[in-house]
Amino acid sequence: MGKDINVKKLKKNAFRYSKVRNETASRVRIPGGVVSARSMGRIAEIAEKYGNGTIFVTNRQGVEIPGIDISNIDAVNRELQLIIDETKVNQDEREKGYPASGTRNIVACPGSRLCPFGCYDTTDLARKMDQAIFPNNLHFKVAFTGCSNDCAKVRMNDFGIIGMTEPQYNKDRCVGCEQCVKYCQKRSVGALKMVNGKIVRDTDLCIGCGVCVTYCPTRAWTRSRERYFRLVLLGRTGKVNPRLAQDFIKWADEQSVFKIVKNAYAYVEEYIDRNAVEGKEHVGYIVDRTGFDEFVNWIMKDVVLPEKAEVARRIYWEGKRYDRSNNLK
Amino acid sequence: MGFVLSEKGFEKLIRHLSDTYRLYAPVLKPGEGRFTDTDVVRYDFVKDSAEIELSKKSDYSFKEILTPLSETLFYFTEQEMKEADADEQPVLVFLRNCDLHALRRLDQIYLQNGTSQDWFYNRIRRNLSFALIGCAESCEDGFCVSMGANKNVEGYLFSIDQEDGKFLFDVKDFSLLPVFADLGNEAEVTPRFVTENKVQVSIPETVPNSIYQNPIWDEYNTRCIGCGRCNFVCPTCTCYTMQDVFYTENGKVGERRRVAASCMVDGYTNVAGGGQYRKSSAERMRFKVLHKVYDFRRRFGYDMCVGCGRCDMACPEYISFPVCINKLNRAVKEGQIHE
Repeated sequence: MGKDINVKKLKKNAFRYSKVRNETASRVRIPGGVVSARSMGRIAEIAEKYGNGTIFVTNRQGVEIPGIDISNIDAVNRELQLIIDETKVNQDEREKGYPASGTRNIVACPGSRLCPFGCYDTTDLARKMDQAIFPNNLHFKVAFTGCSNDCAKVRMNDFGIIGMTEPQYNKDRCVGCEQCVKYCQKRSVGALKMVNGKIVRDTDLCIGCGVCVTYCPTRAWTRSRERYFRLVLLGRTGKVNPRLAQDFIKWADEQSVFKIVKNAYAYVEEYIDRNAVEGKEHVGYIVDRTGFDEFVNWIMKDVVLPEKAEVARRIYWEGKRYDRSNNLK
Repeated sequence: MGFVLSEKGFEKLIRHLSDTYRLYAPVLKPGEGRFTDTDVVRYDFVKDSAEIELSKKSDYSFKEILTPLSETLFYFTEQEMKEADADEQPVLVFLRNCDLHALRRLDQIYLQNGTSQDWFYNRIRRNLSFALIGCAESCEDGFCVSMGANKNVEGYLFSIDQEDGKFLFDVKDFSLLPVFADLGNEAEVTPRFVTENKVQVSIPETVPNSIYQNPIWDEYNTRCIGCGRCNFVCPTCTCYTMQDVFYTENGKVGERRRVAASCMVDGYTNVAGGGQYRKSSAERMRFKVLHKVYDFRRRFGYDMCVGCGRCDMACPEYISFPVCINKLNRAVKEGQIHE
């Protein structure tokens, strides 16, 4: 008997359409990139039992279990349940696997759980974001990174969230050793200089990376109690115009960032190309069509930013354009 | 005489003391550590008993009150000069056994080293009294027993120990006896001190000059980043540098500050004409270690290091000072055998 598979449904259920006929791969979602060793063990068991004994570690911190016979999808979905429970991924119906695949796994760098430079718990916020926006079939890529190093490469995402801290200076604890000046120069943007034995910070140049805090030997520099974020918009890879996300808000707060990302879904619902192949169109291309101002109107709805926040009034993306001038000879 | 106070009694005691004294104690500062969501325990003025950190050893030492990280000494105009104002109210400093021993080293350098005393140090010092925080158990990095700095029987107004929600005091200051009698009950109290640490060091009695060429120092050239944390947190490091600052447009009015210095940080041995005596981290480490466990003793008869272990806690490169001392001791011993 021939196999009758609804491929559209299979894809939405987070299984891959494979080049190998009758085979599929299960795409396991790991928001924030942290998974318990126990769940990882279960993933390994599924790979042994239903897959080809290998696990593919994806670019977005999920894993794929390849080599699964397409007739075993239901069985695999049942076995995925404990993993889905433990990673706390939203589900419509138990034992039916993942309810969507459009909104991609939320990526996070190690963040302040491990990294000396991380300005916040990236995994924690990635999980919260996953709770807020998943499941959804719209193609969204959101990523969190702990500081301006951007190890999570959030600038390749539709929404990139970069951690910031506002360095607090206690001049009575400063001995003028200038290590902050040196390391800001060497590891960051060079926003500090010493004037009359004390440090002056160029607040326009400072990117809130916290390198000065990390290197200060006397606790003259400390982190702000408030957590701040730089929100960068609409980076992407792809065949037409891959580009880096550009800065939209500096010194944003957590609440606003979440609101903006959620608002963007309503915008896409309104303006997505109804004839897009498989209903999939990157947000950036939609914005190219509607204009940036309309996009901003939608995403900033009911957003109340902190006083400190600076918002870009216009964004110009550059990036690579494949066109007929793409002649490398 | 010993006293036991309840938590409430301790609370009242601190409130009572703050009428007379400014209270300077270790305080846990949430979120003020190097990294996100890490804390630091450092000294600050307190008014309330709950603010005093009695369990954790402070990351930075009490010396910041005596030798502030940054202190304006005087202001100057073209013809005149005026010392910076100082708060003359008595201060009560809460510190541990090792730190009380460190006080003797600070006094040695600033008051009993040569013929004159440091006027600015003395101005602060004469207003200080001390309350000894007992150590129920050894801290992780300390080696106070090896350095003979684990115990004090005098030099404090009263000691304080916490036990099962009660507060124990060995009161030395007679004028305070009525206060304690009023707030608590008499009891036998001996300030707690440790008799054993996990970390132990052996100090060489003498060190030959050939130790300068010994390869034990070499590894620090690549390991040490010259940040100076070991010095800034050390309760016995006394070095400072001067900043003469002119802050008017005509450049004729300004102030002189002294700020803490570190023999591990670039620029420490710079002299006029561009000379620099100890260029490499290895040389600086050698100087620091020998100063703490040998050179100071040759001048004053006892070692400078009190074994508080703060330098170990603070080093971002995991360089252990006691491990280096033991390495030095082995090198000296091996040298003796070869001779």
